Amino acid sequence: MENVVCTFCGSVCDDGVFEDGDVRKLCALGKSKFSKKERIKAPMIDGKEVSYEEAIEKAAEILVEAKRPLLYGWASTVNEAIRLGVLIAEKVGGIYDQCASVCHAPGTLALIEEGVPGGTLGSVKNRADVVIFWGANPVEAHPRHPTRYSVMAKGLLIKDRKNRKVVVIDVRETKTAKLADIFVQIKPGYDYAIISALRAIVKGEKIEADEVGGVPVEKLYELAELMMNAKYGVIFYGLGVTQSRGRDRNVENAIKLVQQLNRKTRWVIWPMRGHYNVVGAGEVPAWEVGYQFAIDFSRGYPRFSPAEFTAVEALVRRDCDAALIIASDPAAHFPRKAVEHLKKIPVIQIDPHPNLTTLLSNVVIPSAIAGLEAEGSVYRMDGIVLRVKKLVETEYWSDVQILEKMYEEVVKKVG
Amino acid sequence: MPIEVEIITGRTIDQGKTVEEKLTEEYFKAVSYCELNEEDFRSLGLKEGDRVKIKTEFGEVVVFAKVGSVPKGVVFIPIGPYANQITSDDTDGTGMPLFKGVKGVVERTEENVKSIKEILGVE
Amino acid sequence: MLWIKNGIVIDPKNGIEGEKMDIFVKEGKIVEESEVKKEECKVIDASNKLVVAGGVEMHSHIAGSKINTGRSMRPEEMRVVRNVAGKFRAVVGRVLLTAPGIGYEYAKMGYTTAVEAASPPIGSPHTHEELDAIPILDKAALPVFGNWHFVFKFVSEKDQEKLQAFIAWAIERTKGYGVKIVNPGGVEKWMYGSNVRTLDDEVPIYGVTPREIITEVVKANEALNLPHCVHIHCNNLGVPGNYETTIETMKLVSGMKNENRPVLHVTHVQFNAYAGSSWRDVSSGAEEIAKYVNKADNITIDMGQPIFGHATAMTGDAPFQFTLHKLIGARWSNKDTEIEGGAGIVPIVYLPKNPVHALQWAIGLELGLLIDSDKVVISTDWPNGGPFTEYPYIMAMLMSKRMREKELERVSPYVQKASSLPAIDTEKTLYEVIKMSRSLPAKILGMENKGHLGVGADADIAIYNINPNEVDPSAEYDLVNKAFRKPAYTIKDGEIVVKDGELVAETWGRTFWVDATKKVSMEAIEADLDEYFQNYYTVERINFGVDERWVKKPARLEVS
Repeated sequence: MENVVCTFCGSVCDDGVFEDGDVRKLCALGKSKFSKKERIKAPMIDGKEVSYEEAIEKAAEILVEAKRPLLYGWASTVNEAIRLGVLIAEKVGGIYDQCASVCHAPGTLALIEEGVPGGTLGSVKNRADVVIFWGANPVEAHPRHPTRYSVMAKGLLIKDRKNRKVVVIDVRETKTAKLADIFVQIKPGYDYAIISALRAIVKGEKIEADEVGGVPVEKLYELAELMMNAKYGVIFYGLGVTQSRGRDRNVENAIKLVQQLNRKTRWVIWPMRGHYNVVGAGEVPAWEVGYQFAIDFSRGYPRFSPAEFTAVEALVRRDCDAALIIASDPAAHFPRKAVEHLKKIPVIQIDPHPNLTTLLSNVVIPSAIAGLEAEGSVYRMDGIVLRVKKLVETEYWSDVQILEKMYEEVVKKVG
Repeated sequence: MPIEVEIITGRTIDQGKTVEEKLTEEYFKAVSYCELNEEDFRSLGLKEGDRVKIKTEFGEVVVFAKVGSVPKGVVFIPIGPYANQITSDDTDGTGMPLFKGVKGVVERTEENVKSIKEILGVE
Repeated sequence: MLWIKNGIVIDPKNGIEGEKMDIFVKEGKIVEESEVKKEECKVIDASNKLVVAGGVEMHSHIAGSKINTGRSMRPEEMRVVRNVAGKFRAVVGRVLLTAPGIGYEYAKMGYTTAVEAASPPIGSPHTHEELDAIPILDKAALPVFGNWHFVFKFVSEKDQEKLQAFIAWAIERTKGYGVKIVNPGGVEKWMYGSNVRTLDDEVPIYGVTPREIITEVVKANEALNLPHCVHIHCNNLGVPGNYETTIETMKLVSGMKNENRPVLHVTHVQFNAYAGSSWRDVSSGAEEIAKYVNKADNITIDMGQPIFGHATAMTGDAPFQFTLHKLIGARWSNKDTEIEGGAGIVPIVYLPKNPVHALQWAIGLELGLLIDSDKVVISTDWPNGGPFTEYPYIMAMLMSKRMREKELERVSPYVQKASSLPAIDTEKTLYEVIKMSRSLPAKILGMENKGHLGVGADADIAIYNINPNEVDPSAEYDLVNKAFRKPAYTIKDGEIVVKDGELVAETWGRTFWVDATKKVSMEAIEADLDEYFQNYYTVERINFGVDERWVKKPARLEVS
């Protein structure tokens, strides 16, 4: 099978070749995605194997009985499943939140403040003569991004790697930094200050300091010059920007820089979204209920508040009394205090693979792997939709099947 | 002597490759270490395979220590349960914990690195 | 089966102008009386009520990446609660709405069909996912062609055969309904930081001009004989003086003729009907445009009427959106899309006392009043001009000079000198506004079973609490305005979905798409498709587009 769509990272490469249980052309992460791994063997309630129907009914009961269940994850499943998740959250008066709240949701907050001047990866491949990775390390997180879309990609106007300048801005010399023409090492937590300095230079103001955030001012002038002289530039920002001091304000500041640069030439900015469908986990609820994440339905209509209804906040403040975790592993990826509360409340897990969350779940429902055993649509990091395919048969239920049944059970119970 | 550091977390290729196999030895290896600047590594009197204890106001954790390409005073830990023992749970109203840039101290330790189940407290 | 009894019917397509008659419905269609067993019919007493076809929205941004990014960037828009979850979905939204809200609100106004007016081709699966999330309505989407490099290439090669094959291919792949053009050539120039200013500006690399793009694409559309004509958002949108570009664009199709519909639909013309040389001396160009459209026999337009209050500008016209961002200093989203075009989003608010906004409002109405009612369709270009839920206001305004006089009192006096609105005495009739919202858009779209109540039509029906033979819309404009906001019934495919202005059932409509692939030879473009996908796209050709089985209720219209 050719043109297989990879369901690992936000690059969603769609040129994999799948043969005899093995995949070619994809990166190490993609290969691991399609390789054989330990699976959750059967649905379980409190460690005892049960049927899918029993596990799902129990799950529905937990969700309906809870005052405010948290339905979290969604970044590694298909849109059709996400939509059902949103509908269930609405029905049970719970909280819908998704992995972005611990990844790129600060970018969404910046979108709310300023909008996002962006472009698809194809625009970058075809046109970008300056590519900046800011706090992003695609070589380890999106291994084929540089070859397919950004660093080495050839297209309409960029015919050769030499036609393009690549800049990496990071606190450490990452593997991506080694691909760059220019590496700018900054002090942790100084992204905002450095962006402000660049804005000032682009605006024509003088910087009255020798260095900003560990970067000599001359270097910042050079960088600003490079940016202003670009024909079409792009800033790809990563978690180095969204997870460090300033968070959403860092992104907002970078967007303002890009707004300014567009008064001189063309620039776009885009987040390096992590999971293959974390974009869908925001897009689907946006069209169904108006918001991308941190959505509470306890009043019967959606309310958005990152300070209250994100998973970490709801857990740390013990504001949820049950959780459905799908296609995600908060027990591994949330701060300790949040995990402490997760251990205390009833947890339902839907996932193909056992992980840390499995260890503290009361109801475990194994699912088919999207892109290998189940199909559906997913959104690449730039919002481009791809249809992931079913390549092999499986006994496992897909996320969609599981959630359809769960929705049915929930409707039966709440009407 | 313990040294003061700023802790950053992030993805690595090994963490990524094993992220769907979290109950394996490979995942344990991929997430239970930290990278220090060579100078810091030496000043703590560390050699390959040694452990360090990292403490922040949010908790403490013991991990293996390696030399990495980080600046002096910065410690990198791959994202995962070990990192999350010490990351900040304060989201500053954004929902996003401060996964990068928490201040802490690092010292050499003889204590063992806990297993993932011990870390999670389910064993 | 339904028996709608004693209603006062206005059905312009069939020449029915306020006749008392009965309508019969069976299996979702309007049928002859003899087709139904009356004793099995549910009877709706429509005495003294106006009975018309369900409204047809031909230009609205109901689905896809633009509207969804708009929602995400404007949570303040989503704070208005319209419905609490229960029998129906929770709905939030002020002017922007969630997908369920779009279906509910159109139905609650008596509208039953809506077309997404600009779908980025590579984003078409997203557009269809959102269309599938809109209840009740029948839907369709228009993929955007005017800045697509394939089009540039085939136009520059003057190869009609390839252009036609490509259009057929693209509409099939995107499950689209027709051909939309947005600022042809201009969006491509935006990739270099500029825009086109005249119909003769050249596009980089390909050397083609807007004039050539429009002319060739219209020719191809006519050769394919697609149900809908080319639907164009003109160059120079939002620029004082642009009415001349609009007329020049219209002239490009002079001499071309189609028996069933126009050959060019020029959309949201209000935004393209400005005279003057800057925002300081801007005035209305509506009269000139109206003169041209009334004289031509192959052009229709829709209004793009601004409604005072909040709105969100979102178009495929990326350079215009950037200009707007600079002009008003508001948030700005932009999306450059592969080699297909782009888009932008900027929040706006239309203020009655702002001279420019008041002028825009006046121009929209001038167009609606001065242009013959078989050539102008009601639209707000939602959410660009504001909420579609204000169509009743527009209808009432078009029918009442007194209402307009009252409204004119609260807007900037600038309109007195810069537009002809205050001097216009025309009052459209109920028959005319029904035409402008039903039969005319259906005709332009080539939807034979929509917009009328003849036998064989889809049983999409709206019943309003006014008797056209008794009401005087000129004087009783409040009554008319209110009645159109609260249908006694909205019936979709023969099912009652709204009663007394309240939703009573949630149904799921179809998505129409057009298949013209049998009319062309795909061979002609195989090599070009492969070459461009390989070199300039970031997805494999085989992974581009939408398969019919992914769409909830697809309805294929084959063109032969």
